[in-house]
Amino acid sequence: MCFDRATLAYGDRIVWSELSLTVQPGEFLAVLGPNGSGKTSLLRALLGLAPLAGGQLDVLGHPPERGNPAIGYVPQHAGFDRDVPLRGRDLVGLGVDGHRWGFGRLSRDDRRRVEAALEAVAAQTYANVPIGRLSGGEQQRLRIAQALVGEPQLLLCDEPLASLDMRYQQEITELIGDWARETRGTVVFVTHDVNPVLGYADRVVFVVNGRWAAGSTDEVLTTETMSGLYDAPVEVLRVRGRIVVVGEASGAGFDIDEPHHFPEPVGTHP
Amino acid sequence: MIDQLIHLLRYDFVQNALAAGVLVAVVAGLVSRFVVARNMSFAVHALAEVGFTGSAGFLLVGLSPVLGLLTGSMLTALFIGALGVRIRERDSVVGVIMAFGLGLGVLFITLYPRFAGEAFAILLTGSITTVSRGDLMLLMVMAAVTIAGLGAMYRPLTFATVDPVVAEARGVPVRIVSILFLLMLAAAVAEAVQIVGVLMILTLLITPGATAERLTARPGLATVASVGVALVATLGGILLALVTTAPVSFYVTTIAFVCYLAARFGLPLIRYVGTELRVAA
Repeated sequence: MCFDRATLAYGDRIVWSELSLTVQPGEFLAVLGPNGSGKTSLLRALLGLAPLAGGQLDVLGHPPERGNPAIGYVPQHAGFDRDVPLRGRDLVGLGVDGHRWGFGRLSRDDRRRVEAALEAVAAQTYANVPIGRLSGGEQQRLRIAQALVGEPQLLLCDEPLASLDMRYQQEITELIGDWARETRGTVVFVTHDVNPVLGYADRVVFVVNGRWAAGSTDEVLTTETMSGLYDAPVEVLRVRGRIVVVGEASGAGFDIDEPHHFPEPVGTHP
Repeated sequence: MIDQLIHLLRYDFVQNALAAGVLVAVVAGLVSRFVVARNMSFAVHALAEVGFTGSAGFLLVGLSPVLGLLTGSMLTALFIGALGVRIRERDSVVGVIMAFGLGLGVLFITLYPRFAGEAFAILLTGSITTVSRGDLMLLMVMAAVTIAGLGAMYRPLTFATVDPVVAEARGVPVRIVSILFLLMLAAAVAEAVQIVGVLMILTLLITPGATAERLTARPGLATVASVGVALVATLGGILLALVTTAPVSFYVTTIAFVCYLAARFGLPLIRYVGTELRVAA
């Protein structure tokens, strides 16, 4: 996967510009940044849903295309309605044939794949429960099974940990990290909190207000780099193995967990 | 009563009505599942009412009211599809179109010279047995096309309905699917109006889907159940109306409502009693 001076814009608003970044097969890339900084847009570009305004993008050796079967996608936990007639098994099944036209049941082979995917995330015990009655963590496990059932080479995760408690955050990250290690699959993991993925991320890219920085966590998450990105004094602290980013806006400390408290950088970008 | 029914079944118009009823019920049952899952009750209402306006307009110039209905609801569907992309926006777009469409309908009614009362009353309350033979044939063709269309898009429509974000990521053209569904819905409305009329359209396009959701958590089974409820209500309604004096739509709405109540309250009760008995034993 390779971005070459890629720029993405919606109308006049530039989301990020001149992004150059190569991700090797098997690499785990964490995409960090506050809300609204264009992290999701990066995934949409990879999925072929958001065309670039400039530059080049290569995904698994081709320009991005919609519905690329080699890409798995795990969305943010949104929660299903309590009464929606859908079981975990059906959600995973949609990952197999939901995009195909027509109607019909899954073939025996496909059903076996669904079963294997459910087993891989240890979700067999609740695979037949209406999905709206499962916990957030259980729903996210099924999401991962849904993404992996197509045996992708690249897994895109859009804030898969949001609104999950610590234990589930750890479980979900572990599942994704283990999949990457076992299959040498590539992961692009969008998150506003780097801490859950510290043990897995080979590299991070931090995006904010059209600017970006990429490298190892130790290179990017430094007081110097972050202050440059925000164009405001920001301090990066390492406390008990966790990374905390603190700014001086309004005198109150804030944490990378709470991106909405980041200061608005002043007039640096169109 | 049974003898009377068997005797009536020999008539062409009865056979036609039942055949049309089967097709319309299958369409309504299928569509209803998605109407409920996609929260589109208000859109159904607008499609029916502007369909009524189209029908009135066509009657005024001496054309088929069924075609008029179809034209009115299709145009409304396209309008909603083009303007109401975002969910938040959709309801207001639907309301805006529905209000204007009804205004136009009122104009057509006042312009209509004679027998207006009867012609329009039939549109509002529906009556499959008074539809002309030609219209009935048209209805059956429409229903067959709608069923084929829904069959062709069943899986991506299901995906886009329950899980739109991932569906889009997996390459389902969510926007196109949603507009195609609106068109199918418009056709379904035009068909169902023949049986239950504009005023009671929701009984065929909401109740079956809402009942099915209460019956099972399996999406495929829920679709089958929805079609089942629509079939029972439609055919039951037509048959009961033949041997009594009350209108078809009264029976259809009543049967559908009873099905819903049974699914909503009867089934949980049976399950509860079953568990209690097992605990006792």
